[in-house]
Amino acid sequence: MKVLAMMSGGVDSSVAAALLRDEGHDVVGVTLKLWGGASDSGCCSVSDVDDARRAADALGLVHHVFDLSDDFTRHVVAPYAADHRAGRTPNPCIECNRHLKFAAVLERASLLGFDAVATGHHARVAPGPGGRRRIARGADVAKDQSYVLHVLGQQELARTLLPLGTLTKPEVRRRAAALGLRTATKPDSQDVCFITRTSGRRAFLGERIELTPGRVVDVDGATLGEVAAVELVTVGQRRGLGLAGGSAPRYVLDVDLPTATVTVGEQGDLLVAQQRVAELRWSDGVVGGALLAQCSAHGAPRPVTVEEDGEGGALLRWARPERRVAPGQSVVLYEGDEVVAGARAC
Amino acid sequence: MTGAYLDHAATTPLRPEARAAVDEVLDAPAGNPSGQHAWARAARRRLDDARDKVADLLEVAPGEVVWTSGGTEADDLAITGVLAALGGRPACPAVEHHAVLGPVARAGGEVLPVDEAGRVDLDALDRLLDDDPTVRLVSVALANNELGTLIDLEAVAAVVRRARPGRARVLLHTDAVAAAPWVDLAGAARSADLLSISGHKLGGLAGSGVLVVRAGTPLQAVLPGGGQERERRGGTPALAAAVALAAAARAAAAARPEAIPRLATWRDRLVAGVLARAGEGVRPTVARDVSTLPGLAHLSVRDVPAEVLLVALDERGVAASPGSSCASGAARPSHVVAAIGVDDPWRRGSLRLSLGWCTTEADVQRAIDVVGAAIAELQRATAGAGR
Repeated sequence: MKVLAMMSGGVDSSVAAALLRDEGHDVVGVTLKLWGGASDSGCCSVSDVDDARRAADALGLVHHVFDLSDDFTRHVVAPYAADHRAGRTPNPCIECNRHLKFAAVLERASLLGFDAVATGHHARVAPGPGGRRRIARGADVAKDQSYVLHVLGQQELARTLLPLGTLTKPEVRRRAAALGLRTATKPDSQDVCFITRTSGRRAFLGERIELTPGRVVDVDGATLGEVAAVELVTVGQRRGLGLAGGSAPRYVLDVDLPTATVTVGEQGDLLVAQQRVAELRWSDGVVGGALLAQCSAHGAPRPVTVEEDGEGGALLRWARPERRVAPGQSVVLYEGDEVVAGARAC
Repeated sequence: MTGAYLDHAATTPLRPEARAAVDEVLDAPAGNPSGQHAWARAARRRLDDARDKVADLLEVAPGEVVWTSGGTEADDLAITGVLAALGGRPACPAVEHHAVLGPVARAGGEVLPVDEAGRVDLDALDRLLDDDPTVRLVSVALANNELGTLIDLEAVAAVVRRARPGRARVLLHTDAVAAAPWVDLAGAARSADLLSISGHKLGGLAGSGVLVVRAGTPLQAVLPGGGQERERRGGTPALAAAVALAAAARAAAAARPEAIPRLATWRDRLVAGVLARAGEGVRPTVARDVSTLPGLAHLSVRDVPAEVLLVALDERGVAASPGSSCASGAARPSHVVAAIGVDDPWRRGSLRLSLGWCTTEADVQRAIDVVGAAIAELQRATAGAGR
């Protein structure tokens, strides 16, 4: 097969490309230039492009660079700021997968005659009946990235290879070392790739949206403190509220943007019996019965039943009360280890 | 590498004359031209012989030739060095190479509009110089490196030098890096106060360049170092690269009478051949009646990003360029194409094919077949994808 392997410069995608090459595929590497601004934590800097190019050289692969920074700004960065302004918690990695890696890149790959694209995500493409496919958890549970890949539909899954799905991270690093890749010991990328660790989320958003100071109150409405920007506060958050210690830990229960009020309470106050979601999308048709729902990239899956509301959303009923999910956060539904749907918390 | 290399405007192979000159230096005993012994004198002689050759070609005095590390340094020294000596601000057209745009932006300079072929708007330049006495240096490339458009530098110089009572003199710099292989630079060196060339575009080595600084031009070194090059550029000159530049420049000049009409014919055949095979989805970016470098073709391709087209050409053994590229190796929509007003859906599909001193007729034929077919194929696939 002719495969376009997306190479970020990190160890995972380098090993993924190597595995495909060793299986006899005709592999070409591509690195995406996504963000023109400063970044010290992610996968888009010139130094990472250099790492990817050197990894491709070491593997004997042709390597190209695609500049998708305009698409990235439009589909990932602008919605990220808009979500914060609207009081929602965004997941830019998911939007990047939806609009860039498995859309714009896949489209270019098709134009150029590639049969498939590949990435170094820790997840699997599980075959089902009738040529249908689902995203499934990777072998390394701690590194599993099936959550951020829930947006892939049948069209995309049919042309996607995830060669790392059967390996653990230590196995990936061992293979990188055996291949002599200089990225073998490179730290994992973390956080949001377009936000620098040094100046942070607040500085980044402060340049793009108006940040509103707000009050922190308890469930009875008594003022406990102040926050500099309610747009940066997330439901479920415990740290960074500037509250005095001593008492039981307090969690954000609700953020009300119009009144710039953050309501906090005890952990138990966060628990709800049901969760409303919007933008529900089944990846391979409706699946009934008890499912598992995962509400953050590395959150624990919890049993749930789904009642569709007929308006593109659903009511999720938890088997046991669970913490409220921050509005905007992706909720991914699994049957066993396989992704069957994704939605966004209301 | 096999295939057709049509990216000579990015860099061109070392000419045999330049290789011979380099070999001679590499085989000679070491010597720093600034030293005070026989070894140093031998090196100094080679360096000054090379300087004389460049001076002869440009019809300037040897003392007006300053060795630099390349075109970028020459441009930067011209702009930054003159303003450091004179004060004031620079101005340049929007289509200049980044080697000029960078120092102009850093110095708070003015950017001038251009016409649809990338030629500076002389009325706008005239008005700027009338209105703004802080503009002390104007930098205009002799040929645009992406489009190949040639500039009437004498006309630019006439505007820059026009008497403006009570005003200090305005200096003119020209980046002749793209023009140097194909244009006799003596005229430009007469029109301008400063002129930049680069070794590797001529068939010399990358890492060498020249800034011609006409007598009486105030200039303060950017790299003062040990005062080499008459205190205009510190550091030990790269002797092997300098002799290669001089030899390549001389060889290029000698070849011009034969090479220019041949390459112009091949270029026209290339453009006609690609248009015939790719149909209406491709067009020349500048009009036919515009005077351009002989071996350079700039095409605009509809609906296909240059990055995708270049990957397809690379796979089929044709080296071409989007005209501009960034440090990471990605192809950005070019500032030049934006400045001359190319709109969507043509803006992202810039393709520069550039012939050079060693291009063969077979290269041209291969490029016609491959480029024409690749564009047609990608446009069919794009239309099929419903985009």
